[in-house]
Amino acid sequence: MTTDLKKSVILHAGVVLALFVLQFVLPAYHHGNMARIMVLASYAIGYNLLFGYTGLLSLGHALFFAAGLYGAGLAMSQFGLSAGPALVIGVVAGVVIGAVVGGLALRTEGVAFMIVTLMFAQAGYLTILYFGAYTRGDEGFVIAQTERVLFGVDLSAPLVRYFAAFSLFCAAILTCFLAVKSRFGRVLVAIRENEERAAMLGYDVAKYKLGAVVLSAGLSALAGAGYALLFGYVGASFASVQYSIFPLLWVLLGGAGTVLGPLVGTVFMFYLIDLSSGLTTAYMLIAGLVLVVLTVFAPQGVMGEVRRRMWRWLP
Amino acid sequence: MDFGPYLMLAIMEGALTAAVLALTASGLALVFGVMRVVNVAHGEFFMLGAVLAWWVSQLAGGSPVWGFLLALCVVPLLVGVLAAAVDMTILKRINYDPERTIVATIGILYILQQVTLMTYGPEARPVAPPFNTRVALPWFEMSNGALQLYWPWGLSITSYKLFVIGAACVVLLGLWALMTQTKLGLLMRATEQDREMAHAFGIPVQRVYAIAFGLGAGMAALAAVLIVPIQQAHYLMGGDPLLLSFIVVIIGGLGSLPGAILAALLIGLSDGIISVFFSPTLAKIFATLLVAFVLVFRPNGLWGTRNS
Repeated sequence: MTTDLKKSVILHAGVVLALFVLQFVLPAYHHGNMARIMVLASYAIGYNLLFGYTGLLSLGHALFFAAGLYGAGLAMSQFGLSAGPALVIGVVAGVVIGAVVGGLALRTEGVAFMIVTLMFAQAGYLTILYFGAYTRGDEGFVIAQTERVLFGVDLSAPLVRYFAAFSLFCAAILTCFLAVKSRFGRVLVAIRENEERAAMLGYDVAKYKLGAVVLSAGLSALAGAGYALLFGYVGASFASVQYSIFPLLWVLLGGAGTVLGPLVGTVFMFYLIDLSSGLTTAYMLIAGLVLVVLTVFAPQGVMGEVRRRMWRWLP
Repeated sequence: MDFGPYLMLAIMEGALTAAVLALTASGLALVFGVMRVVNVAHGEFFMLGAVLAWWVSQLAGGSPVWGFLLALCVVPLLVGVLAAAVDMTILKRINYDPERTIVATIGILYILQQVTLMTYGPEARPVAPPFNTRVALPWFEMSNGALQLYWPWGLSITSYKLFVIGAACVVLLGLWALMTQTKLGLLMRATEQDREMAHAFGIPVQRVYAIAFGLGAGMAALAAVLIVPIQQAHYLMGGDPLLLSFIVVIIGGLGSLPGAILAALLIGLSDGIISVFFSPTLAKIFATLLVAFVLVFRPNGLWGTRNS
């Protein structure tokens, strides 16, 4: 192990350990919040793989999150499956949709890629509304507490829920860490930096990009399915444009192309919105302001700045 | 009603949608054409136009005609100036980088929308139309081998709707004249063709950008002032015009004004007809998928050329 790798392993293991210890210290309200944040941060980690490391800006990731959410939710509510298979179905749904959308959308690039992903996500959202008889549209449906049992453990109990969210987050961050440190991840970064050069060096750029979309979609769907199981609510608002913008916001804030950035961004934004929604109904104003300020003044985000100024080895 | 008059009614409603859409979308197409950036906040400039129109007509008081005329003159100007200010303070700083501009305009979208929610509130408010008489439309039928005109019950349109369609045509002609006949239009077209070369020839590119961005937003605001006596002003009303303008601009070929107007006609008419006969949600699903597939397989629009 090189010293840089050692340092980053220690840092990430430390963060994970801190999150684990946190559950014994936090008061009930923040305990529930942190569980939610860890699931949403897993979604952001999935988004970051595509946006931060491959340089592909998607405006349609809500489609993948919703694929997991509805894949798991509908499997349980309509087909009466138990939590384990439902989770698998959610992830598979996300991977399949990711492969199809990725295959089509990757024929375009830049602004067109953003619009195509946005349009596919919008079509997905409208489809959920159209089949309101099963999905119950905007109102959504609730998964009964008695069904939310995985390996004989009730997922809705606070401590178990925290631990399940923690495991989900660990799986996501480990996937991200390994992917980034692997050959695959390095090729993705090469594509981000200079796609033509990567192609000239003999890498099959199209295949790597599709791989990145599918991996990113799979992680997003895992987070979506986890959300359905842990919090028991499935609604169309999770498929709306807003939920495609959120991961972008979290990743930009925390630092695109850093492993810890999504977590930092999600924690920060979650509490910012939580605090401001106590003051005003117009809490999305904060999101808008943060987006503008970030693009103008700090396009690298928090962890990006940390890497630039202090820890150059940060993955 | 028979099918014929019913279809005629759908076409008239479609023509109204098309007229307003052509105005909104040509603003978006203008901005994309000249500046090569996508303005996601375009729908919010539309919304702002409607809300400000309500505000101005409320301030003017008295007869709705004066309030409406005042709104028609002042509101697009106000929104245009605001947009130009946004361009100079935010977009200029990020150097019109296409992707960062989209992220920044998403932020602007939320800021405009939420500030409206905080000040104007969540209510939908109507603006009184300046005039609103019912105009019955004739239909024909074959009787005894001869064409005969008659006025079926329910086949009518209001004079105000006709005025909107007419006004949209006049404004679009004005935009065409501006782009082809004036010095400003020449400067904008030069900047569109080659930003650096235009800069080298001493064209104040920065000012042209601010004007184009303001003009584009002003077009959206104008469309909103025209439509607000028919639709009410609401802080969330910007979503649909944005989506439809996107569809129109992409199908018409990114940045092409004639293409956008032609596509607005196509989308407006078919939207009117499809939503009368089918579910509006289904129509929207098809429209969004159509946009995605056009961008994937025909990136220069349905009738675009390769080299643009």
